Amino acid sequence: MSEIKLMKGNEALAEAAIRVGADAYFGYPITPQSEVIEYLMSEKPEERTGMVVLQAESEVAAINMVYGAASTGKKVMTSSSSPGISLKLEGISYLAGAELPAVIVNVVRGGPGLGTIQPSQADYNQAVKGGGHGDYKLYVLAPASVQEMADFVEDAFDIAFKYRAPVMILSDGLIGQMMEKVSFKDQMERLSDKEIIKRYDDWAVTGKTERKRNIITSLDLQPEKMEARVGRLMDKYKRMEKEDLRFEKIECDDAEYLFVAYGSSARIAQKAVKLAREKGLKVGLLRPITLFPYPKQQLFELADQVKGILSVELNTGQMVEDVRLAVEHKVPVEHFGRTGGIIHTPEEVLEALEQKIINEHGRTRHHKTRESSIL
Amino acid sequence: MDVLDIIKPENQVFCKTKLMTDTTLSYCPGCGHGTAHNLAMEVVDELGIVEDTIGVAPVGCSVLAYDFMNVDITQAAHGRAPALATAISRLWPDKYVFTYQGDGDLAAIGTAETIHACNRGEDIVIIFVNNGIYGMTGGQMAPTTLPGMRTSTSPYGRETSSMGNPLKITELVANLPGTYYVTRQSVHTHKHVRKAKKALKTAFENTRLKKGLSFVEIVSNCNSGWKMNPIESNEWMEKHMFPFYPLGDIKVKGKLK
Repeated sequence: MSEIKLMKGNEALAEAAIRVGADAYFGYPITPQSEVIEYLMSEKPEERTGMVVLQAESEVAAINMVYGAASTGKKVMTSSSSPGISLKLEGISYLAGAELPAVIVNVVRGGPGLGTIQPSQADYNQAVKGGGHGDYKLYVLAPASVQEMADFVEDAFDIAFKYRAPVMILSDGLIGQMMEKVSFKDQMERLSDKEIIKRYDDWAVTGKTERKRNIITSLDLQPEKMEARVGRLMDKYKRMEKEDLRFEKIECDDAEYLFVAYGSSARIAQKAVKLAREKGLKVGLLRPITLFPYPKQQLFELADQVKGILSVELNTGQMVEDVRLAVEHKVPVEHFGRTGGIIHTPEEVLEALEQKIINEHGRTRHHKTRESSIL
Repeated sequence: MDVLDIIKPENQVFCKTKLMTDTTLSYCPGCGHGTAHNLAMEVVDELGIVEDTIGVAPVGCSVLAYDFMNVDITQAAHGRAPALATAISRLWPDKYVFTYQGDGDLAAIGTAETIHACNRGEDIVIIFVNNGIYGMTGGQMAPTTLPGMRTSTSPYGRETSSMGNPLKITELVANLPGTYYVTRQSVHTHKHVRKAKKALKTAFENTRLKKGLSFVEIVSNCNSGWKMNPIESNEWMEKHMFPFYPLGDIKVKGKLK
């Protein structure tokens, strides 16, 4: 039985965290995601499910609490917004290095620096390209609705435990703050301590019993051992690309032009697709749901079909680099996006497609060769 | 009695600490860390709590504590051990959770985590080894370096007017309502070792009371960082460190002495 509620994205995420049986949340207030911890505190999760919720003294402490909790096999998460995520990156790198499952939510606001409290997608590179120090990646889920803010919590934990790796939900101030109807699954039971010890006895620190003791660390001073650890991480990322890529194709079957957009921009681009089709322009949308792994092959194939691609992002052009890499110069790829917390309208997005792709590059298919496509 | 008889378990009057691994210690000869490790593990063993003990190792000389202490351990980022321990003890309230940290880790980069874990009164043990210097990185100035003391980043001595004063973080946390037991010990003589062990035992036992955090500072030497031989460093410690960091209990059963 599902339950339908009208909620903010941040609240839906928090409610979902309780419902999926998360053991703990550690966080620090920051706009535009403070509703997550506010909602959790008001729901008394300790009484509802026994979930531990603690307001830490800083984002740094919060992510390290996550690290400590994760090392014991518990289901743990944190959330923050851009400046706070920058502070958490050290801990995220440690989580990746020590191979621990955890969910980190970034409700992105504009930067750099203190930036703005308005929505942005300027943390794409930070989330997708590692962000912290060292050779690692995050599995990144990009919700485009309040419903997905809720649904992705369970998905994120599943992936985190499948790979023993940190997972990021990369939202933004728009999805976090807007209200939509959201349907919730029934309450899942938290794992008992006994069950956790049974399941994760081969790695979690829960007290040394008859078994060999468990050590959680990201340190390997022997070069060969460290190289093996990095190799193990890379194997996980390859497996993620093979088994857990997610994307959505909207009106792509007959598309002559393509938007690529994720999260809030995907919602806007979806409307722009509708406006374009009303004008007789055959436009489609490829929406990456996971930003790592990225739908590279799908883009590569679509590039054989469309005449040009516009990457729509609330930033100055970050994901567009990945689109270009995937498309391998088969067709022109341009970027459109507003910054400063200004959210582009569907009309602006369509206009950008017309100006930057359709008019600029003509209505005929060209730029087949590498030389001619360098613009 | 020949050698084979002497080494039979029933004839031994003293043996290696059971919960110390056979890995060769990475500490310099004469350093107090080995003794402090031993004491912590002896206490865990004697209390019979190994199955319920989770340690948190720091960054610093004791970063490899998990190679030597034969208990489940998570190794933390620099200074963050109290945050990890907070989460572990909140999620496994029946476990004995301890951190083992040096002065750079606990009193410089991890000051916020230390103070807030103490202030929240987490039911954990913090073992704080203070040798007034950054040992592992090669003898740089620490928050606890004494005025005038030479280190590689205060080569002409710590000038307090520009480099600040040594931080008595143990006295500081003793004044927070969340700490239940705060003591300062050393491990350079038999007498002091016995006292330090008693303090550690009290600290571990205290976590069952759920009355707040137990904080055990061990003032130690760093003969290589201080550029002295082990004996000289212990003498120097008695002469210079102890007057500034006096040994003894600072707070017992939640009350300042």
